[in-house]
Amino acid sequence: MSDHMTQPAVGAMADPAARLALTSGFEATPGATKPDAILRVDNIVRQFGGMTAVDVQHLEVQRGLITALIGPNGAGKTTFFNLITGFDKPTTAGKGAHWEFDGRTIDKTSASSVARSGMVRTFQLTKALSAMTVIDNMMLGAQDQAGENLFKSMFRGTWGKQEKENEAKADELLARFKLLEKKHDYAGSLSGGQRKLLEMARALMSDPKMIMLDEPMAGVNPALTQSLLGHIQNLRDEGMTVLFVEHDMHVVRHISDWVAVMAEGRLVAEGSADTVMSDPAVIDAYLGAHHDTDLGDDALLTDEALEELAEEVAAEDAVRQAEEEAEGPK
Amino acid sequence: MDTIQFILNGMMREALSPQTAAVAIAVIGLNIHFGFTGLLNMGQSGFMLLGAYGFAISIWHGLPMIVGVLFGFGAAFIFALVLGAPTLKLRGDYLAIVTISAAEIIRYVGRSALLVDFTGSAQGIPGSQYRTPFANLSFFGSGQFTLIPFNYTDVADGAAWVRIIGWLVAIAVIVLIVLRFRSGGAFRGIAQAAGMVGLLVFGLLLLFFLFPVPQQSTGVNGWWVRFVAWILVAVSTLVVYLLVRSPWGRLLRGIREDEDAVRSLGKNVFSIKMQALIIGGLFGALGGIVYVLPASVQPDSMGRSLTFFCYTALLLGGAATIFGPVLGSVLFFAARIGIKYTAAAYVPDSIMNNQQTEQFSYIVVGVALMLIVIFRPQGILGNKRELRFNV
Amino acid sequence: MKSRHVVRERSVARGVAGLILALLLAPVLAMISSGAANAVDTLCLPSPDKGCIAGTIRTEDGPLADVKLTITDEAGTATEVTTSDTGKWNFQADTEGTYVVKVDESSLPKDLDVATGTVTVVTKFGVTKPGLLTIRTANYSDSTSKADELVQSTVNGLRLGLLLALASVGLSLIYGTTGLSNFAHAEQVTLGGILGYFLINQHGLGLWFGGLVVVLLCAFTGWFQDRVLWQPLRRRGLGLTQMMIVTIGLSLALQYVYQYTVGARTVRVVQDNPSVRSIGPVTITNQSIVAMVISVIVLAAVGYALLRTRIGRATRAVSDNPALASASGIDTDRVIRLVWIVAMGLAGLSGLLYALVTNGIKWDSGLQILLLLFAAVTLGGLGTAFGALVGAIVIGLVVELSPVLGMPGDFKYATALLILILLLLVRPQGLLGKPQRIG
Ligand SMILES: Nc1ncnc2c1ncn2[C@@H]1O[C@H](COP(=O)(O)OP(=O)(O)OP(=O)(O)O)[C@@H](O)[C@H]1O
Ligand SMILES: [Mg+2]
Repeated sequence: MSDHMTQPAVGAMADPAARLALTSGFEATPGATKPDAILRVDNIVRQFGGMTAVDVQHLEVQRGLITALIGPNGAGKTTFFNLITGFDKPTTAGKGAHWEFDGRTIDKTSASSVARSGMVRTFQLTKALSAMTVIDNMMLGAQDQAGENLFKSMFRGTWGKQEKENEAKADELLARFKLLEKKHDYAGSLSGGQRKLLEMARALMSDPKMIMLDEPMAGVNPALTQSLLGHIQNLRDEGMTVLFVEHDMHVVRHISDWVAVMAEGRLVAEGSADTVMSDPAVIDAYLGAHHDTDLGDDALLTDEALEELAEEVAAEDAVRQAEEEAEGPK
Repeated sequence: MDTIQFILNGMMREALSPQTAAVAIAVIGLNIHFGFTGLLNMGQSGFMLLGAYGFAISIWHGLPMIVGVLFGFGAAFIFALVLGAPTLKLRGDYLAIVTISAAEIIRYVGRSALLVDFTGSAQGIPGSQYRTPFANLSFFGSGQFTLIPFNYTDVADGAAWVRIIGWLVAIAVIVLIVLRFRSGGAFRGIAQAAGMVGLLVFGLLLLFFLFPVPQQSTGVNGWWVRFVAWILVAVSTLVVYLLVRSPWGRLLRGIREDEDAVRSLGKNVFSIKMQALIIGGLFGALGGIVYVLPASVQPDSMGRSLTFFCYTALLLGGAATIFGPVLGSVLFFAARIGIKYTAAAYVPDSIMNNQQTEQFSYIVVGVALMLIVIFRPQGILGNKRELRFNV
Repeated sequence: MKSRHVVRERSVARGVAGLILALLLAPVLAMISSGAANAVDTLCLPSPDKGCIAGTIRTEDGPLADVKLTITDEAGTATEVTTSDTGKWNFQADTEGTYVVKVDESSLPKDLDVATGTVTVVTKFGVTKPGLLTIRTANYSDSTSKADELVQSTVNGLRLGLLLALASVGLSLIYGTTGLSNFAHAEQVTLGGILGYFLINQHGLGLWFGGLVVVLLCAFTGWFQDRVLWQPLRRRGLGLTQMMIVTIGLSLALQYVYQYTVGARTVRVVQDNPSVRSIGPVTITNQSIVAMVISVIVLAAVGYALLRTRIGRATRAVSDNPALASASGIDTDRVIRLVWIVAMGLAGLSGLLYALVTNGIKWDSGLQILLLLFAAVTLGGLGTAFGALVGAIVIGLVVELSPVLGMPGDFKYATALLILILLLLVRPQGLLGKPQRIG
């Protein structure tokens, strides 16, 4: 409807009321239409052999908010990221798959152009360039570098100044992510959590409009997680859109304005953290896969949910028993 | 003593030879491919052959030299485009297989009797057909000279002790230079750079003092070709230095390690790899041109083995370093001749005849390549932490 | 018994020495015999201000000596040259330009047909240009029809394809299980031929027994290599690219070891010329038939083992996903060891058969076909053994059929490689390969 709403003013999203306004007033169904979506995805299907990893009919991501994408292992979240950032091609390519970012259709765009258009991602399995120093990693993230042109690169005069500016920016980001002392170390010498931080900082070097983080907190210690969460919220407050995958429901609850849930490739639920986590479809998705998943809030496991779970387990047992009996006489 | 002097003279002559310089230039190109970008180009000899053909055929058919050079570069440029387009988006091994195959195709086509008017088929093109315009540029005059007039025979009649001391000093200087390079900051700061240059000049003069090799001034394989060849090596090294210290060079190193990461940062990986392939290929073509200047264009002498020698030289000197290719090429050729001459001088003919010393030297080359890669993949100058082969 | 072999061996050595000497002296002989009529009176060597025209006059029965040719330059000056005992003639051109070479039919022996009696050659300084004249015996029939030629080449192609398949299946298995592109595989092929030369030709082992020993020895080198080189390197965690360069070093070293031991000549596994038989339009040596049958049987056995036996399934599992395979209790090291043994044995067999059907092997014979092997493996889809089989047959056919289908003979290997490159453009995963996983 209001496709061409103007970009929220910087800092506008720091106001919880403004965020609430963007997440209410419409029905929170999977594939719900958002007041001002920055990313719109239609009919994206990816199959590996016979297995359907992703099958999302419609999804919109609201501009300026932190959206969490959750779902059990193997739900297709990473594959979904790969698809929309151009690292993988949907099986439905050319057959109705369509997605647009910030009003621009990008379903045939290469991964690098997608990144240049302002949607930058990080990887679940960190891709820090370990044989390069931390600062070199950071500098790679900067956009529109004159020195990356083959002909200009030989003449320092053409890029020296820009390089200095980029380095100052990198220093600032490194300081924010507590990596400044490591500036001249090889990225390979960083710890797993530090690499996650480096990758995130590197992605931010390009001043993206939207950042997609695939499990940014995995392996980061609790104290740093706290401050990272703060950073992510700051990014949002500065006007950036954040889409992130996370398994830790405490984190999801803590910072996300909106939650989308995937299971077996499909989008099964959308809504605020609280509504989503009490959604039977979600519990079903999680518990069906992992009976011991901690959904982040024990209160979530209400009596109803527990009963449901017990019933389900009993039903499964019954089925198994029946099968065993059927096989028994053979 | 005289045998040793003879062997060392031979090594010195080989180290300075224009063909060593030519291979060094090709290795500098290969370093951009393999060392900095991680592209497994197994067809550098194809680039060299194309450069040589473009150059020699044009001049043979009456075109001016500059056009010949341009044709050589043009051929390599197109070759890189054609090879890169289908393979640079695929896994690294495909580039290896396609480049080695394509280089062989070039050689087969060059050898074909159908093209005898162009390539001289298997006999190739004799140097006399294309060398003249280059020789005419020489301002070295005719006759022959030794590089510095003052040599070891002028000190105490060239007594053994003079030479031995000289050799020891030379070894010390070389080790010092290598250590300085390895420490990284060889040229950081004016004083450092001046010291380094002084050391290099002193080392060179010392070598000329110890191994006075007279050469013709201009002739087929004289000082003129050598002079130009080594100037080109220096220029190529400088160009590569300027390229790889820039953000463009940073991109190459990023791609070498993880293309997807670089792609996720909005860089057009394909285009950068293509640029690297082309630039390295142009150096290959230049190397090819220099390679045939003092010799003839022989398709069979520029086959797979030459590519493999380039790899050996590169890995010996140190991939992804600035001076590695030059050091590696010089050492490679000098060492091979050293081995050959030593075997010829000290192993009796009944055990190893003259033919076999040549082959023996290549066996050693092969084994050395294996040992370097296994035990010292960073080569002499490389940085172990930076150099990991991830293709 | 033994002494007879020694005698034979000596006479072979003498024969080879004589041959080499003859080759060296051929130009001199040519010079002497053609001296009478040749205006230039020397063997023509091109130089910056001289060009040459040369050729050989022969029928399909052999060279013709003392045939007179007239060579006329642009100015109309005619020069007469005479062919040597080996049918060779040459002419020195002092100006660049068009020369007409005409055979003097009266100087030809009787009952010969002159198919091409006149040829125009444009000379160039510094090169020798060929003057190609075609003379045939009267009963020569140009009857080998295109169809027959096609059948013959197809059989030759299948033969080459099967031999390539033996080697490339191993190459592919190694690639599949370890990810290594083994550049030294070709030298393993050469090794088969050269061991055959030593054991069968030099030491007089029977062909079948000797062949078996050769294959076993080659298989042993596979075990040995993996034991002392590849397995330790895998344990060291050496990168694949590094390993590949190690194989290049090994390949270089081996090539020159062969050259060191047998020299640059072609050596044969058996001395006698193979007997030939004709089946319909196809002429083929008995050895080729046996070689093809052996290849088919061995390939079938390998295929059966891969599909039906436990170890074969384990091998395919390792190719599919080494980590998963080892997690599920497969001893990957053992599988890889076995793959090396089998691959090297197959390569050796391939080399032995190659030496038998092509009448000999040289230090670089393997090198010649290495690219065809890679082409076969890539064509079939890197790492799929059956793909390599199909790829090898395709490559064999392409190599042998392309000249029949109009490709100049010089380009037959080039054609195969070109097809590989073109295929990669449209189907990067090869014929039978699956698309690779992304991300
Ligand atoms: N390249 C591939 N080839 C085959 N199957 C794949 C491939 N990539 C992903 N899959 C399958 O697709 C499904 C979705 O995988 P994906 O990595 O997207 O899950 P995810 O939601 O990110 O899980 P997690 O939370 O564990 O990271 C999985 O079953 C996985 O096995
Ligand atoms: Mg994931």
